[in-house]
Amino acid sequence: MNKSFTEIYFDWSQLDAAAFKQAFIDTMVMTIISMVLVAILGLGLGLLLYYLSKSNRKSAKLSYTLVSIVSNVFRSTPFIILIVLIIPLTRLLLGTFLGATAAIPALVLSAIPFYARLVEIAFREVDQGVIEAAESMGASQFQLIGKVLLPESKPALLSGLTVTTITMIGFTAMAGAIGAGGLGGLAYQDGFQRNRLTVTLFATVFLLLIVFLIQWLGDSAVKRSDKR
Amino acid sequence: MSLIRLNHVKKSFAGKEGQVDAVVDVNLAVEKGEIFGIVGYSGAGKSTLIRLLNGLETATAGEVLVGDQNVAQLKGKELRAYRKNAGMVFQHFNLLWSRTVEENILLPLEIAGYPAAERQKRAIELIQLVGLEGRENAYPSQLSGGQKQRVGIARAVANQPAILLCDEATSALDPQTTDEVLELLVDINRKLQLTIVLITHEMHVIRKICHKVAVMEKGRIVETGTVGEVFRNPQEEVTKRFVHQELLPEEYNETSQEYLIENYAQGDIIQLHFQGEQAKKPVISQAIKKYDIDINVLQGKLQQTQDGSFGTLVVQIVGNQNERAKAIEFFKEKGVGMEVLHHE
Repeated sequence: MNKSFTEIYFDWSQLDAAAFKQAFIDTMVMTIISMVLVAILGLGLGLLLYYLSKSNRKSAKLSYTLVSIVSNVFRSTPFIILIVLIIPLTRLLLGTFLGATAAIPALVLSAIPFYARLVEIAFREVDQGVIEAAESMGASQFQLIGKVLLPESKPALLSGLTVTTITMIGFTAMAGAIGAGGLGGLAYQDGFQRNRLTVTLFATVFLLLIVFLIQWLGDSAVKRSDKR
Repeated sequence: MSLIRLNHVKKSFAGKEGQVDAVVDVNLAVEKGEIFGIVGYSGAGKSTLIRLLNGLETATAGEVLVGDQNVAQLKGKELRAYRKNAGMVFQHFNLLWSRTVEENILLPLEIAGYPAAERQKRAIELIQLVGLEGRENAYPSQLSGGQKQRVGIARAVANQPAILLCDEATSALDPQTTDEVLELLVDINRKLQLTIVLITHEMHVIRKICHKVAVMEKGRIVETGTVGEVFRNPQEEVTKRFVHQELLPEEYNETSQEYLIENYAQGDIIQLHFQGEQAKKPVISQAIKKYDIDINVLQGKLQQTQDGSFGTLVVQIVGNQNERAKAIEFFKEKGVGMEVLHHE
């Protein structure tokens, strides 16, 4: 039996609104929770990298190299392998390795080093003169971070977070393929494996819409925050 | 006792090609309420020197005494507390682009931990002090260079410091704006009784606003004195170059000197240096009336400083040898500095 392209890709009977809704929610949950965790932890790690790279002490240089190596390992390990590799850890943390929340540890682990590197670059690009000016006013290290480093690097931090989040959406789709649910899971398990390509196509369209939305939100936040 | 005293201060950096001595055995005293200028070519060590005064650099050896504190030995909390007492103005302004004019001025007050109401009140006063009323909510990117530096100055004096350090504060500005900013500094010096230490490579800045000057070369202070003394009687080669840059007419150089001697062969050609009081007295017309000579002005430049006027005139004296000699003696008596360029 030969089906036409229209019949393959636009077979409305395959689409189940409830399944799509659940998948959409799962994807958003995975993305948003991971994004918040990555924003906080990545910022912390980025700050650490920034200070370690600035310091002239031998111990700092050594720590910087170590942290760099560890974060490069997590950043470079293919996500699909990482998620399988850390199943024991996920089980330990969440009691299961299936479902949307179970994808979060792997997502966070791979995205933190990525975002931390962008954060480090953002901090390095803050004008040294401005930092010197704040030091000349007697600013403490905390004041320097809170009043100078963060606000002066805000556009770069936001655009970095946007890029990271979009990468993570791609990863949620991969996680979906091995049981995390979401739009990726829908596309792969309900769509591809059961040969219902309309489901795959529309799950993809939804994913793209989310990506576009986040890109647009990110871009406008960057624009608003940049007074240069 | 002087407000700022530097005793045998030394600062070295470990560079890639061995040790670099940026500041070598500097001794300096700055009185309270003074505008003290340090002039030198780039690489002379003046940027490092001024940073020793607020602990942005730490002296390798020697004492950096400000009031009763040795800045070279302050650390952590004490150093941060001290810095609130020493404002700094930068060549490239170093304003936070993410903050408005008002918010930039509030920054040092926030750092010092003033209550919000007091900060706000102080910010309004400061905006008036530097003449930026109406621009409170502008971002630095919307300001001209001169306006940015006004914000820089307001910010630097926000915590009512005892000393103000200016790091080439006018070097990024055009001549007109430079003069406006310099006037603002003099104004603040008078109004707030603020001691100002500035570094510059422009003798113009020294002449315009400084009371005392130190000339720096290769990490050392080679000459120091009141602006009057140094302009009238520069000792070191580098100082002479700086003074000439400011006092001689733009077109003046060795070639033009030869040109004058060739073209005005008659009589004597002398260069007169006027300084302070003498510059106000009509010595030239007195000399013409007193002796049987003519005086022909060939070149000249007169300038006003905080310490009276200064200037150089190149003149030709024509007349019989006897009268000419008497006239020259007369100038000496009147305290006019002079150099005979050509003698018939």
